[in-house]
Amino acid sequence: MKNAVGREIPDEILALTGKEPFQGNHYKDGVPFRRAAPIIRPVMSNDHSKMVKDIHEALVKCHAHNGMTVSFHHHFREGDLVVCMVMKEIHKMGLKNITLAATSLGKAHDDLVPMIEDGTITRIEASGVRGKIGEAISAGKLKGLAIMRSHGGRVRSLVTGETKVDIAFIGAPTSDDYGNLRGIGGKTNCGVLSYSYVDGDQAEYVVAITDCLVPFPNFPAHISMTRVDYVCVVDSIGIPEKIATGAAKPTTDQRKLMMAEYCTQVVVNTPYFKDGFSYQTGVGGASIASTISLTRIMKERGIKMGFGVGGLTKPMCDLLDMGMVRLLLDTQAFDLDAVSNVINPAHHRITAGAYANPFNKGAFVNRLDYVILASLEVDVHFNCNVVVGSDGVITGAQGGHPDTAQGAKCTIVICPLLQGRIPAICTDVTTVTTPGESVDVVVTDYGVAVNPNRQDLLEALRKADCVPLKTIEELRDIAYSIVGKPDPLEFGDRVVGIIEARDGTIMDVVRQIKPKE
Amino acid sequence: MIIGKSAMAGTLESSDAQVTVEPSENGLELEISSSVMNQYGRQIRATVMQTLERLDVQSGKVTVVDKGALDCTLKARVECAVYRSNDIKDALPWGGAIV
Repeated sequence: MKNAVGREIPDEILALTGKEPFQGNHYKDGVPFRRAAPIIRPVMSNDHSKMVKDIHEALVKCHAHNGMTVSFHHHFREGDLVVCMVMKEIHKMGLKNITLAATSLGKAHDDLVPMIEDGTITRIEASGVRGKIGEAISAGKLKGLAIMRSHGGRVRSLVTGETKVDIAFIGAPTSDDYGNLRGIGGKTNCGVLSYSYVDGDQAEYVVAITDCLVPFPNFPAHISMTRVDYVCVVDSIGIPEKIATGAAKPTTDQRKLMMAEYCTQVVVNTPYFKDGFSYQTGVGGASIASTISLTRIMKERGIKMGFGVGGLTKPMCDLLDMGMVRLLLDTQAFDLDAVSNVINPAHHRITAGAYANPFNKGAFVNRLDYVILASLEVDVHFNCNVVVGSDGVITGAQGGHPDTAQGAKCTIVICPLLQGRIPAICTDVTTVTTPGESVDVVVTDYGVAVNPNRQDLLEALRKADCVPLKTIEELRDIAYSIVGKPDPLEFGDRVVGIIEARDGTIMDVVRQIKPKE
Repeated sequence: MIIGKSAMAGTLESSDAQVTVEPSENGLELEISSSVMNQYGRQIRATVMQTLERLDVQSGKVTVVDKGALDCTLKARVECAVYRSNDIKDALPWGGAIV
């Protein structure tokens, strides 16, 4: 069946997952549902210990079993040691058929590939998958399906009970012996624990894993003892220098600087740029450069930002320190400056649910004026692909892309026209992750295209005469004239993964790759 | 033109291609590996073959390790490798056939 973005969703996948094809951004708006509730084991005695001596004991006490679902967060990013540590113990116990429900997986988890091959891990649910696991899934090695969800979509799947987590493992930079967890104060800090909050709420068992036990109470707790069953102390939960690096040096790449300037011009010449506006941006060179050039214009015009949200970086924290933004709402710290800036009282931690869950009574993304995003590919329907490489291999993550793109009043995607020989602006993206109806402006190094259903923005930019305006088709034609029209990828028949829309419908499927000779 | 001896041109940098030519008795043997094989393998092969044809190379082993080079880069690298295999160093006839 074809869905609202024109993607063929095979009937057997709809039957297997019980899901509907994507039917547009507002299909589930206002549709009531009952929140799922987990089983809780109350602690009433005053001499109860939550401490376990190792991960094995935690697994035994949490009744680890074949076919269970375990969850993890990715606040330790490329420096994560927790997922592999726990999965190795599960492997050693000989458990099979495990669903790995992480908030995201990356190169830090390459060691899990043999566990996919031997049937220990048979399903994966994550924002996306980088590194060798992505290659393994695309090669058809995972027995079941990989489900790729946005950060908001993941919270929805736990809250509705679609994903039932048996044991949540929360890597915590600090914990006390009663399970009050914080993202700071230890030797392996990640700043916030936003992604895990919902796991604390919805998982049957919650195990805190820390390498820094602190006196009770570890306060104010980011995740409360009221959610935590067991606490396990290990030598190390992460490699600090891979969790958060120093702030990226402002780029000197002329192409990125030009795109940053176009992006800033789009922001300041559209109607939402006024005192109190809200803004989210990413970690790419052009995004960071555009935050810096935007700051200059804000100062010139005496305009301050109301709030900034999302994964945060130094330039956003600088805005706070300069008093140019009223407050920051943090779901993830991308660099050390953002981690240490958490102590600023106007730098607030928010949960991934408050940030982006489409099924709560309104998330922060709904109140965004601008979001600046990147994309691997954008097609002439303004659909974006951020998960599957142009060679058909799973290589990225949805993150908050579909959440913020839908929520923001003006969604700007920065994307160089060409990535090497690959045209980033193309006729049809390899896989749709964010639907074109969410995307308003595409900024490239060869010009700026506005979604035709945003004539208001197009008119404003035309009047300002501030950027070279092109149609999206013109941009694609320029790309193809330089690199040639790419041949369509050849895939096998088997569906190895699905790209889930925010509301749980199916946006697209990912098929097994068929390498060309 | 004949592939006189083994020669190489290009690098393994992104957006470049490394082309190696070697003498061979068995007609033209072309081996291509590319980071964009799935989308551009066919076009890379066509570009390399056209360039070899234009240079009138009828036998030799040609190996292309492509890192997403544009067609113009591929042509230049193939020409350069063939010229080097013939010790042509001056008055390089870029883009033309050798007479």
